[in-house]
Amino acid sequence: MQNALQIVYLIPLLPLIGFLINGLGRKYLSKPMIGVIGSGVILASFILSAWVFVQVKGGNTHIAHYFDFISVGDLKIPFAFQIDQLSSLFLLIITGVGFLIHVYSTSYMQEEKTEHFGRYFSYLNLFVFSMLLLVMGANYVIMFIGWEGVGLCSYLLIGYWFKKTEYNKAANKAFIMNRIGDLAFLIAIFWIISRVGNVNFSDVFAVANGEVEFKKFSATDITVITLLLFIGATGKSAQIPLYTWLPDAMAGPTPVSALIHAATMVTAGIYMIARSNVLYSMSHLTMDIVAYVGLATALLAATIALKQNDIKKVLAYSTVSQLGFMFLALGTGAYVAAVFHVMTHAFFKALLFLGSGSVIHAMSGEQDIRNMGGLSKKLKITFWTFVIGCIAIAGIPPFSGFFSKDAILISAFVKSPILYGIALFTALLTAFYMFRLLFITFTGTFRGTHEQEHHLHESPAGMTLPLIVLAILSIIGGFVGVPEVFMHGGDKLSQFLAPVIKPGEIHHVSHSTEYLLMGLSTILVLVMIVAAWFKFRNYQRTEETGFGKVLENKWYVDELYDKIFVQPLHQAGGFFKSVFEGSVIDTLVNGVGKAVNYGSRQLRLLQSGQVGSYVLLMVLSMILIFAVQFFIRK
Amino acid sequence: MPINNYILLSIALFCIGIVGVLTRRNAIIIFMCIELMLNAVNLLLVAFSKMHAKAALLAGDISGTAGTDGQLFVFFIMVVAAAEVSVGLAIIVMMYRNIHSVDVNFLNRLKH
Amino acid sequence: MIAFFLIFLPLLTGLLTFFIKEEKLIKGFAFMSVLATLAVSVLGLTLFKAEENLQFTAQWMQPLGSSFSLKLDGMGQLLCLLTAISYPLVFLGSWNSTYKKPNNFFALMLLAQAGLMGVFLAMDALLFYFFWELALIPMYFLCSQWGGERRIQVTFKFFICTFVGSVLMLIGILYLQSKTPDHSFSLRAFYNLELTTKTQSWLFWLFFLAFAIKMPVFPFHTWQPDTYEQAPTATTMILSGVMVKMGLLGLLRWLLPVLPIASYVWGDVVMSLSIIGIIYASLIAIRQDDIKRLVAYSSIAHIGLMCAAIFAENKSGMQGVLLQMFNHGINIIGLWIIVEIIERRFGTRKISELGGLAQKAPAMAIFFVIIALANIALPLTNAFAGEFLMFNGLLNAKSNYYLWFTVFAGLGIILAAVYTLNMIRKVFYGEVNTITAAATDLKLNEKLALGIIVVLIFWIGVYPQAILDVTDNFSQTLTDRVDISHLFRKK
Repeated sequence: MQNALQIVYLIPLLPLIGFLINGLGRKYLSKPMIGVIGSGVILASFILSAWVFVQVKGGNTHIAHYFDFISVGDLKIPFAFQIDQLSSLFLLIITGVGFLIHVYSTSYMQEEKTEHFGRYFSYLNLFVFSMLLLVMGANYVIMFIGWEGVGLCSYLLIGYWFKKTEYNKAANKAFIMNRIGDLAFLIAIFWIISRVGNVNFSDVFAVANGEVEFKKFSATDITVITLLLFIGATGKSAQIPLYTWLPDAMAGPTPVSALIHAATMVTAGIYMIARSNVLYSMSHLTMDIVAYVGLATALLAATIALKQNDIKKVLAYSTVSQLGFMFLALGTGAYVAAVFHVMTHAFFKALLFLGSGSVIHAMSGEQDIRNMGGLSKKLKITFWTFVIGCIAIAGIPPFSGFFSKDAILISAFVKSPILYGIALFTALLTAFYMFRLLFITFTGTFRGTHEQEHHLHESPAGMTLPLIVLAILSIIGGFVGVPEVFMHGGDKLSQFLAPVIKPGEIHHVSHSTEYLLMGLSTILVLVMIVAAWFKFRNYQRTEETGFGKVLENKWYVDELYDKIFVQPLHQAGGFFKSVFEGSVIDTLVNGVGKAVNYGSRQLRLLQSGQVGSYVLLMVLSMILIFAVQFFIRK
Repeated sequence: MPINNYILLSIALFCIGIVGVLTRRNAIIIFMCIELMLNAVNLLLVAFSKMHAKAALLAGDISGTAGTDGQLFVFFIMVVAAAEVSVGLAIIVMMYRNIHSVDVNFLNRLKH
Repeated sequence: MIAFFLIFLPLLTGLLTFFIKEEKLIKGFAFMSVLATLAVSVLGLTLFKAEENLQFTAQWMQPLGSSFSLKLDGMGQLLCLLTAISYPLVFLGSWNSTYKKPNNFFALMLLAQAGLMGVFLAMDALLFYFFWELALIPMYFLCSQWGGERRIQVTFKFFICTFVGSVLMLIGILYLQSKTPDHSFSLRAFYNLELTTKTQSWLFWLFFLAFAIKMPVFPFHTWQPDTYEQAPTATTMILSGVMVKMGLLGLLRWLLPVLPIASYVWGDVVMSLSIIGIIYASLIAIRQDDIKRLVAYSSIAHIGLMCAAIFAENKSGMQGVLLQMFNHGINIIGLWIIVEIIERRFGTRKISELGGLAQKAPAMAIFFVIIALANIALPLTNAFAGEFLMFNGLLNAKSNYYLWFTVFAGLGIILAAVYTLNMIRKVFYGEVNTITAAATDLKLNEKLALGIIVVLIFWIGVYPQAILDVTDNFSQTLTDRVDISHLFRKK
């Protein structure tokens, strides 16, 4: 029996093959063929991933080395994959959720032309390939390759409907903001190379742990590297200050938002920090910054989500906010909690996005929730799965979100009660805006046009089946990480990840406090849900004023960035192009020519044409030469 | 006769020639002045060659060839000067036919 | 003999081409000639890579101390391969263009190839100077006869700029020759010179100006966008893809190892200029409306990075530069091919007048997007490994300001993404307009040329080691030679 770890290269290779087939054959294949190939390769990858997962669970980890990607002098960067607990878990999430979303897409994108249908699936497959490279890479460079690869696919898929200029602008924005983070990531890699000599995770962490002679990180090195990596993560995982691209990225097709901008790509930053937990644990400064940035992002995004009216924008800001929670967990040292939340979030946020996709599908492309209402009667499956998603994200036991969010809140409490307070407040806001979305969309009376009302219908099975599967996962997904207080040894996830993420010191919280905190958050969440029910069950359209308007306009952050970054650069470019280039540099270059020209014109006057003057000049020069010979040489 | 007298005479002739070339405008006179300068040099060459021949004899060289190359140069210069005069006079004659003057200041077309 | 054939073949065929009359025949003959050159170049990398095959020495102006000595070292192999690959791609990509007096056009192109090969191979300073000018002169005629409307004025600027540089270099070469013990022009003799810091400094600027104008580095660049815009596109491809490498090669072979102390002393100044150039050119590129000028400014930014990485003076930087010289050549030729198609089909180069081409010409859009993304160094495309190594070199530079250099050069990456993506968006995405409504997709020859480029992009992107192995020895020797730390140790 062949060991699954010997053929891990197939896991990313299959989606790549799918990409090639669908990309090159998009004009020749039929839609069902494209769908089968696109989803089939992901399913095959998923099966392999599951097999790998079982092996890893049995204690097998593996580093597969294929060839030297770059080798210059002492610097050797191998093309190698690392299969361990952390990466195998991510493999499962990516291929599993990825497969469901592929299946969903076959129905959702049915109205596209075959050619574009093929293009869509090839992009999706390419995305899965890049994402797998990202999590499987055994060093920072392979990770970076995947890192930029997912950025590229995100760019391609946001701008999938390339006829619309607005969408393309959003795609550009996403790519460029990611690039800012990527630059920091790159510099961190170079910094690591200058200290360690290569970028393999195993070597870097060995040096960090002081296991290698003659090589050492200073405290500054650690802080700089971790901070730079974190800046990279803020780009990809949409944290302050680089978060503004994610809401705009909703221009892409909804399954793309579910896969890339909720479940997988945006969690790459969390994966990277969890992977580098050895480094992060050594720098308190960075940890504090990560925690505060995460919390600030969570709060900011939650406030914006309160007043958004586009169904996908609400979910987008909710994603930003949840990612902030994950960074809070990382910053408080609860790496496992962060990974746990990545997992549960992948389930319920993918569910919510796909649910919103189902709604948009039913509403013939309408995304404004002010034009919806009362959809629960027509879209039964969508409605109920959406409810499950909302409960899960709000954090009501025993749904999955409760366990992961609770783990984060407890670790925040251990760090500082103030952090806990703000985090809890944000969690309450989350419950409030999610149920606001739910009630405005699904309850009350229908507020759209008659045409839309007539057209309302439940989505086909290809779309509802993934919803149901994800709903089940959203319910039960939390049981892999049951807190110790409920069940001794219930935190299976921490035990599983222990080889990669060393379990930190035990919570300094007594059991009674823990029960108290859980109870408090659950009760308050329930209160918020009830409040939302009374406020929004019969929603009527109103204009926002005052503070609400500020929130609706996202705190005017986009406008601010435009004023302080985009405009000045634009103007500088214009200045250089039309003023500096012409009147300074060209003047200098042409000036040299003009000077020569002028000089020659003056010199020309010496040639009078009078033979006498020539002879005089000759004689004078000769006398001068004699004089020099006589008086100076001696 | 001491060599100094020859040198002084040559310098005087040469300077007269230069001043003539610089100040006179008549092409023929300029020509004559140039001849004067050439002959000043010739005179000097002959004087030096005689001086060298004498010094060689006193030193015991009886071949008699010492210093003859200076006189050879004089012949060369005379030949060249004769050729130059013939060409130069021809030019001056053509010039006189064209502009009815031998004033060199009329010939300032070189600057174009 | 390989080295000799690389020069002789295009020279001979170039001269023959002058006498062919039939246009089809001219194109075919020129194409066969460049294919043969490519074959020779590949042979030099594979079958005949023994040392004696790669060297060639003959008598040439012996009394002056100069000899006709050629050698294919790692850099020479790489750049000759680039030249040899570029020409078929250029001819293939611009097959549909017609020229008046095609025999002269193709003959001059081939002569320029001979000159380029000579520059890359010469191991003798006088010979180097000779080929340097030989490559320039056909370019001058190509630009002034087949160029755009402002061709005379622009060509004049181009010629004067590069010529001033050449003359300065000639002064430097003559001075160096007078300093060698046996008054020889050979590279080896130059390497053995021991000059004072002061002498090295002024010689450095003589050489550097020549190379800086050629590359070009800010602020000596203004001839370049004008020339790229006005020259016939096939010539522009050679100019930007291959000819700018002459300046970089000059730095690597004739400047750094000959004047190592001055290179170290002035390294900071040069790196600052290069990095100012990166940001400056990128900002201008963001505001460009003319595609040709946009690509020209993007080229200035890329060359700036290479120049900065050279002066980082470590192996990673050197290897990165060598790899990137090849990549940049391939990529920019790809960009020009598509720009030329656009210009020829729509009669405009204005970005604001184009749009929606992705609907009408999907193949063109795909090729362009891939090449443009390679141009901004996306991983798994060829430029990534090059830029990665160059940045790594910059961060480990011996300069005191290495961190600033890296960060500011890094800003170039972001700005490159801005202008490249904006160009893609405005030209290929969006709705079609009246100009682009009748667009047609690529023809077979264009697809073939671009297909080869894309294959090269991915091949080098996934396995850059193939190129790095070729130049490994060269950059190791070079790094050792420019390392002047032993001088400090003595004191």
